[in-house]
Amino acid sequence: MAHAARLPLALAVRTAAAWTITLLIFFPLGWLVLTAFKTELQAIAVPPLLVFEPTLANFSEVQQRSDYLLYAQNSLVTSIASTLLGLAIAAPAAYSMAFFRSRRTRDLLMWMLSTKMMPAVGALVPIYVIAQTAGLLDTRLALIVVFTLSNLPIMVWMLYSQFKDIPPEILEAARMDGATLWQEFTRVLLPLAMGGLAATGLLCLVLSWNEAFWSLNLSSAKAGTLATLIASYSSPEGLFWAKLSAASLMAIAPIVVFGWFSQKQLVQGLTFGAVK
Amino acid sequence: MIVPLVMTIYFSLIRYNLMQPGEHGFIGLANYEFFVTDPSFGTAVVNTALLLGSVIAITVVGGVALALLIDEPFPGRGLVRVLLISPFFVMPTVNALLWKHMMMNPIYGVLAEVWRFFGAEPVDFMTDWPLGSVIVMVAWQWLPFATLIFMTALQSMNREQLEAARMDGANYPQQLRYLVLPHLARSIAVVIMIEMIFLMSVFAEIFTTTGGGPGDASTNVAFLIFKQALLNFDAGVASAGALFAVLLANIAAVFLIRLVGKNLD
Repeated sequence: MAHAARLPLALAVRTAAAWTITLLIFFPLGWLVLTAFKTELQAIAVPPLLVFEPTLANFSEVQQRSDYLLYAQNSLVTSIASTLLGLAIAAPAAYSMAFFRSRRTRDLLMWMLSTKMMPAVGALVPIYVIAQTAGLLDTRLALIVVFTLSNLPIMVWMLYSQFKDIPPEILEAARMDGATLWQEFTRVLLPLAMGGLAATGLLCLVLSWNEAFWSLNLSSAKAGTLATLIASYSSPEGLFWAKLSAASLMAIAPIVVFGWFSQKQLVQGLTFGAVK
Repeated sequence: MIVPLVMTIYFSLIRYNLMQPGEHGFIGLANYEFFVTDPSFGTAVVNTALLLGSVIAITVVGGVALALLIDEPFPGRGLVRVLLISPFFVMPTVNALLWKHMMMNPIYGVLAEVWRFFGAEPVDFMTDWPLGSVIVMVAWQWLPFATLIFMTALQSMNREQLEAARMDGANYPQQLRYLVLPHLARSIAVVIMIEMIFLMSVFAEIFTTTGGGPGDASTNVAFLIFKQALLNFDAGVASAGALFAVLLANIAAVFLIRLVGKNLD
């Protein structure tokens, strides 16, 4: 490994291999970007076109056909709100688990995670009935609550493992100096766990943004998110590839770019601090 | 989450078809029986296991290999990292449409063109390899994630120890077997756990591409419950199915505790 890189030939092979594989993996996404700038005819050309004159027509057509900005706004509002709400619930929960542990804490955490493995469809009927009774169908509020609940197990777990790395002595010292529980929590613990909070929030944001199942089933025209918009393009009559690509690109670009900037944080946070 | 759970248990014990309102008789465990004896049931369980197993195997093996490849500095490493992680952030619905229409379409798809280039007959992936296609899509999404976790873990390897092993004449497979893989054990456990959590209930990819078909070829447990709930409007059976899925999840969780419990304390 280390000595291999010192040989120019080994370095060249490594570079070529890494780039080839990376471009192969990135290719479908790159192709989506290309197709978004083609005309419909160019998009279905056989053999597929690599060189063409780019057009922006698809993007304006997507906006005209359905109000992209409304869907984007829904995505933005629901994912940010559910992230904040989730952090507000998960942080105190993780605090009590990390600093006042009992023997059952670990079992409880495992059980919470296992609920995450249950298919969302399982809870669909009850949640649908609740939302209907409360008159919350097709509202952002319903989506925010459901997104928050479905991300909560992961959030509690992530924050728990971040909090556990903080020496309890620091919190005890603050308590000795007369800090109330609230002060201890907000002035001492939260600033210390800033990195973990950020990573947890980032992940929750990505998950909520990409969530398709609940938004498809609980919302339509008014509160629909970008995932709903894309699903509407999957119906047979909507099969215009260039437009589909443009719509997809508009739906994923914000979160992918966001992901690029936050990947380091995210990877550290996602591994629950277990991988350093 | 308790309220939906209790409601699910309640629904699972009554006759509750959304198309026949008013007929809510108590029928005990008949819904469970109906769900488990559904001809699609066995296939769905096998498919869930296949999907889970293949994607985890692909991403762990591929992820370790890729992480080792990009562990050392080379020109453009930063950019490679950014491009590699991208699929992880792609919405599952978009991922599915992208693969279905632009990559795997038998006529216009890029893969069809590659097949033709080699003189082979293009494959209609969605019809001939429905489960395989779903596995490819899901693995494409999770491979970047695994790679980056392993890469982060490799950064903290003790280089002097490796150097020493090399001095003592350990060849590359030996270094891998006795130093690198043990070092990665913890992060492999983490990746397996996170993927299990998310892959048990893969839904969007199946919903937008194959619709579970042809036949039941790509139906997993999550999709089967969805079919019962929304296509047959049978909330009772769907609820029974959901509770069955909870049972599966808990069995998986027991294995999970064995597997990673030690590693995550």
